Amino acid sequence: MNRHWSGFNIVSVVVGFAFLYIPILLLIIYSFNESRLVTVWAGFSTRWYGEMLRNQALLDAAWVTLRVALVSATAATLLGTLAAVVLVRVTRFRGRLLFSGMVFAPLVMPEVITGLSLLLLFIAMNLDRTIFTVMLAHTTFSMCFVAVVVQSRLVTFDRSLEEAAQDLGCTPLKAFLTVTLPVIAPAVIAGWMLAFTLSLDDLVIASFTSGSGATTLPMRIYSQVRLGVTPEINAVCTVLIALVTTAVIIASVINKRSMVQRERAEQLARAG
Amino acid sequence: MRSLGNIRRSFAPWSDANAKAMISIRNVTKRFGDFTAVDNLSLDIYEREFFALLGASGCGKSTLLRMLAGFETPNEGAILLDGVDLTGVPPYRRPLNMMFQSYALFPHMTVADNVGFGLKQEKMAKPAIAERVAQMLKLVKMSEFAGRKPHQLSGGQRQRVALARALAKQPKVLLLDEPLGALDKKLREETQFELTDLQYDLGLTFVVVTHDQEEAMTMADRIAVMDAGQIRQVATPAEVYEAPNSRFVADFIGSINLFDGEVTRSDAALTELQSPEGFALRMVDGQSRGIGSDLTLGLRPEKIAVTHTKPNSGVNAVEGEVWDLAYLGDMSIFHVKLDSGKIIKASVVNASRSGSEVFTYHDRVWLSFAEDAGVVLER
Ligand SMILES: Nc1ncnc2c1ncn2[C@@H]1O[C@H](COP(=O)(O)OP(=O)(O)OP(=O)(O)O)[C@@H](O)[C@H]1O
Ligand SMILES: [Mg+2]
Repeated sequence: MNRHWSGFNIVSVVVGFAFLYIPILLLIIYSFNESRLVTVWAGFSTRWYGEMLRNQALLDAAWVTLRVALVSATAATLLGTLAAVVLVRVTRFRGRLLFSGMVFAPLVMPEVITGLSLLLLFIAMNLDRTIFTVMLAHTTFSMCFVAVVVQSRLVTFDRSLEEAAQDLGCTPLKAFLTVTLPVIAPAVIAGWMLAFTLSLDDLVIASFTSGSGATTLPMRIYSQVRLGVTPEINAVCTVLIALVTTAVIIASVINKRSMVQRERAEQLARAG
Repeated sequence: MRSLGNIRRSFAPWSDANAKAMISIRNVTKRFGDFTAVDNLSLDIYEREFFALLGASGCGKSTLLRMLAGFETPNEGAILLDGVDLTGVPPYRRPLNMMFQSYALFPHMTVADNVGFGLKQEKMAKPAIAERVAQMLKLVKMSEFAGRKPHQLSGGQRQRVALARALAKQPKVLLLDEPLGALDKKLREETQFELTDLQYDLGLTFVVVTHDQEEAMTMADRIAVMDAGQIRQVATPAEVYEAPNSRFVADFIGSINLFDGEVTRSDAALTELQSPEGFALRMVDGQSRGIGSDLTLGLRPEKIAVTHTKPNSGVNAVEGEVWDLAYLGDMSIFHVKLDSGKIIKASVVNASRSGSEVFTYHDRVWLSFAEDAGVVLER
């Protein structure tokens, strides 16, 4: 591999990152703008963060989003982990290919379609659209992300650990809970974080599936922006960005650390 | 320390008609799809026995062991432990424990927690667990490593922890799948003796899977030689080596020279073969064979004498040329080419320091052996 930074490489990195992050950077900078006008810089201020905290509608939406994210991430982790276990463990059953395809299809399914189909389902089931339906919808689309993350860890998990636990007196369920789960915990946690952030910033699916009194933060932001962007929105978005970034960093650090540890253990095992 | 020979010889429940088997494997068959891994296999294992399953890779040893542990279910047949049918008893209710080939130590637990895991499942009181764990770790000389995690241990240390964990519940039978497979040669040899001592001192029944015949010979009271899901012979190491029941077993265990021949004379005491190479073989067989029938004489390399001159008796002697010669320190291996072109392997102990220098390449030598040196094998 070429380790040198050629001129071309530097330019492409700079241009690429600029493309990605200049808009976000601008948003963050303008959230500290004194002026009410978004495009005119009038000095540094944290005034809009104060405004934000006094905006009851915004706070309500944030509270809805948080509840949706917590519940749906937890449910998605549970279901996604189970799906991953079945996919890895039960290598031969009727319709396995179909099952795995169906678990992973939502990864590439356009959100509009997922949202619309869920909406149709809720209507057909005569389910009133509330915060509960948003949670359901988010669980559905984020569980496949969890399944992918957990599955990739389970593939390298040594089955004989579980057998050893059973041999020493655990029922299969207890063996899974006391041995398998702690060992794959980093992947499960990373999956939860991923589901959490996905739910946090989803607009499309939430718009389709939520009803009155269940406006999520992205929905609230979107509707406010249509009336004109205020620095207050910039402040909210900055907080959101900070939250998501932290979650993603934590998830990847956990995953990376456990991977390094595992590699080291495997190296030791080979050497020993 | 016990003396291997005497105690071992007096322990032979398999030849006692009144002895009851501890483990009875009865006509067990295991298929994976249309592949038969274990084929209508029957076997009795006795209490306090050190039993080895020996066979080439893929012959079904692990599958048999896993059926004993309960991880695989036989398609046909039954496995009895102390007369109780184990069919349908899940692994966690069987009074046997297994030591896994990969050791399968729980990576998120300390050595002490690993060893105590089985006891915790039994809901044993905490102080009692701690006491037993300490006792087990002392047994395998791992006391000072109690607080470590498995990834902080060497291969040999992990093997000891896995052993301690499997022993902690004081099972009736311990199943060991290639227990020493991951260790280097020197450590393996040391550990073989430790394992046999441990098994003897604790009075346990061990069933060990191995593909290393030396390991099986060193450790086991009896060896089952397996091939393609079936047992070819079950006997003590000495019997398997000196009195193999078939060409397969003779060839599988150690190295052996095989002479085909036709019976020319036979009575209860002696049988004489005429080999196609044109020499006569006379041997003690103990049974009368039909004149003209085809038999094979199996002859281990160490039972052949190599001399420059023709032995006086003239029987069981054949001339050839030294074709290859390997000096191994304690002994020398000769490959002697007979005039027919057949290569015979002979090994000679280097009793004197100059012993190996007497012969060299292309020497004409005589090979000879006693009348009771070989084993008669049916074809
Ligand atoms: N779960 C399984 N599904 C399909 N085939 C299997 C399964 N387990 C074992 N086999 C097959 O059964 C045969 C016997 O396997 P087994 O593991 O018992 O061999 P082994 O004697 O222990 O060999 P080794 O010395 O290599 O461990 C092999 O050919 C193997 O491919
Ligand atoms: Mg095996």
